[in-house]
Amino acid sequence: MNSALKLELGRRYRFSASHRLHTEHLSEEENNRIFGKCNNPYGHGHNYVVEVSVSGDVDPATGMIANLADLDAFVQHQVLDEFDHKSLNEDVPAFRDIVPTTENVCIEIFRRLKSFPKAKLERIRVEETGKNSFEYAGDDPEGNLP
Amino acid sequence: MVLITRKIEFSASHLYHNPSFSVEENRRIFGKCNNPHGHGHNYTLEVTVAGEPDPVTGMVLDLKELKEILEREVMQRMDHRHLNYEVPELAGQIPTCENIAQVLWRLLDPKITRGRLHHVRLYESPDLFADCYRNGAAPAGKQ
Repeated sequence: MNSALKLELGRRYRFSASHRLHTEHLSEEENNRIFGKCNNPYGHGHNYVVEVSVSGDVDPATGMIANLADLDAFVQHQVLDEFDHKSLNEDVPAFRDIVPTTENVCIEIFRRLKSFPKAKLERIRVEETGKNSFEYAGDDPEGNLP
Repeated sequence: MVLITRKIEFSASHLYHNPSFSVEENRRIFGKCNNPHGHGHNYTLEVTVAGEPDPVTGMVLDLKELKEILEREVMQRMDHRHLNYEVPELAGQIPTCENIAQVLWRLLDPKITRGRLHHVRLYESPDLFADCYRNGAAPAGKQ
């Protein structure tokens, strides 16, 4: 690899899920005031887009940072199988106690993909709708290696 | 510092094949990208230049100038071409997004003399892209 350059591979995935923004730490009125229509007790859904960026050396034999088949299978197993067509609040244990805002969805997906063995996870960007998106690149100053 | 980005699209064909791999290895590693007759994509290239606006013109660089550089260096070289056979800069390399992005960086970096090349993003499809930065420079959005 030419060490003067930094290369990243980016891949977009999609899942559809429902959520409800609500916390037991606040009163009904406060939940209603803060979360507005996202506090609807029956929940609502989104078509989420997840953008995964990984970095590493480009293997001269394959031209690749990581084989897409490996990345796709890892994301499928770690995230999509457990998020797609699910209720984030009810079906994903991480959101039993924290509100499934897309900020927290971003952090949870980062946590689940951090151990990808073939390349270094750089960042996760999630679009909740076409009009808003959220990014998380980890908080570890030493980097995001597992 | 201000970042300015210009986007262009080109269409090209390619295939993935490493002659030092066996037929089975090529098929296993590269999957359907190993089809010997090749296949094609509509590529989208985003080129971001960083710099301070000129106090007189208000521009980092004239976008017209960047457009001409992209036409000369990218469109004429890669648009409606077979990347394996017709682009000498890619000779001997697998024309993945990662490798094409690096080649584009090396072609564009010396040509951009006003401002400084900051980021190259090459989309092979809307769901797959490679980003290239100068090592040590912060990715866009992490300034």
